[in-house]
Amino acid sequence: MTTHPTPALISRYASGGAVVDDTTIWAVEAHLETCAACRAVLADAVDPGTQNLLDRVADGIASGIAAGPAPVRRHRLRRTGVAARVLPWLVTATGLMLAAALFEWTFDSLPSLVLLVAPVAPLLPVAAVWSRRVDPAWELTATMPRTGLPLLMRRTLGVLSAVMPVLAVAGWVTGHSPGLWLLPVLGFTAGTLALGTVVGVDRAALALALTWCAGVVAPSLADGRLPAILTGNSLPGWALTTVALTAVVLMQARRRPHLLNTTSSQGRMERS
Amino acid sequence: MMRTVSVAETAPSTYPWAVHTEKLQVRAGRHLAVNELDLRLGTGVHGLLGPNGAGKTTLMRALATVLKPAGGRLTLLGGEVTGNADLRQVRRGLGYLPQHFGFYPRFTVREFVEYIAWLKEMPKAAIPGAVQRAVERVGLTDRADSRMKTLSGGMLRRAGIAQAIVNDPAVLLLDEPTVGLDPEQRLDFRELLREIGLDSCILVSTHLVEDVAVACSDVVLISEGRLVWQGTTGQLTEQGGAGDAGDSATERGYSSLLRAYRGRVSA
Ligand SMILES: [Zn+2]
Repeated sequence: MTTHPTPALISRYASGGAVVDDTTIWAVEAHLETCAACRAVLADAVDPGTQNLLDRVADGIASGIAAGPAPVRRHRLRRTGVAARVLPWLVTATGLMLAAALFEWTFDSLPSLVLLVAPVAPLLPVAAVWSRRVDPAWELTATMPRTGLPLLMRRTLGVLSAVMPVLAVAGWVTGHSPGLWLLPVLGFTAGTLALGTVVGVDRAALALALTWCAGVVAPSLADGRLPAILTGNSLPGWALTTVALTAVVLMQARRRPHLLNTTSSQGRMERS
Repeated sequence: MMRTVSVAETAPSTYPWAVHTEKLQVRAGRHLAVNELDLRLGTGVHGLLGPNGAGKTTLMRALATVLKPAGGRLTLLGGEVTGNADLRQVRRGLGYLPQHFGFYPRFTVREFVEYIAWLKEMPKAAIPGAVQRAVERVGLTDRADSRMKTLSGGMLRRAGIAQAIVNDPAVLLLDEPTVGLDPEQRLDFRELLREIGLDSCILVSTHLVEDVAVACSDVVLISEGRLVWQGTTGQLTEQGGAGDAGDSATERGYSSLLRAYRGRVSA
């Protein structure tokens, strides 16, 4: 409605007399809802008693708002929720990397501990973000629709973004080229997720970490030499492996979404 | 409090039963705790009764999609849960309070319920209002911003109920919800159940026959993983005679049905 009702009509509407028919009342009402100028006219048109009542109500509401509880602040708890549970594992991974850096810095005759440990450093926290063992509310979170690859990716990226700075510091202190630790880390993380779609992420992380320690870390320490797969020549190989494994994860998640549910590992539970 | 009703809510359901099991089998360890169970539940408050070890919690876990069925068919809200089905759609319509309600001690009640609402894939804009409403409905408004580790057992149970109802679930599964509640809170809780049960399917597992008598419209009685009896609460009270064990008509009905079932099985 573009034309405003006359002040006379508004005052008749305000007084509530029977002189105005229903159709007109509705039209005036609809207009008042959208027009501040006419609402001001209406406020002047009502009798002093009503005016007084309205003032008191407005005061009451204003003082209620002022005295009442403040609006609840919004939290960024999606991140903190998981982070709080995984914190001990992140601290462990950080401690491990810093110890490796310190060791390497002190005894420079040994093969680089930083490069040897880095690939498996994020695996513990990655396993933890997806393990029901560290989730006190797992029986509840196992029934949630939000699960599968998007949630797993989100949490894995969270872990990587927490572990990467530590690795960067450790790598910088010991003077390694960033690619030498970065690519193996990404390769192992992708490998954990890929294997995780088959056997569960926590078991995959454990298996890969043990295999790496037994197959690469122990022999290198015994030999006193860094293996060829941790030298600059194997970087393209790591990059290709990472891309291939990431593709496997995406394909698996598309084809069989239930595989990534924390639920799908059958519960071994006592009690009826 | 007024709430906008979405199109999806007013649309007629396309399934006859909210919960439908046919010869359902569920394992607890190696043991078949639910064995060839046939069950159909519609709208209303259903009490799940049975002696210890009857398979109540295993059944609740299977209905909540925590445990995969080992055999038979399970259909929730018209969606098949058996096999490798994508459970997301079904899970959005579920609410579940586990018997052992694990929580994050450093979360406040509001944060916890919000986190669960987010995991339930509720629209972002709807979450704060829905959380406030759920917390109000269980009577925890004044403790909404307390950390969960500071709550008493009864308050934790109510926080657990709040997270279960935050998405207005079409199927609400409550495993021993009244443990730790004082008599007055029990009354409030029954009132809440009746209200929610008007348009949802609620299954309440309990070992307290009296809870069922006052809070539930229907009763499901299971033993050794099988359905023993299903009927209204009124019908249950008519089952017992003066010679049956129990302090009330409901308890006498319960013991009479169990005795008759055991007689049939051993015969
Ligand atoms: Zn106007």
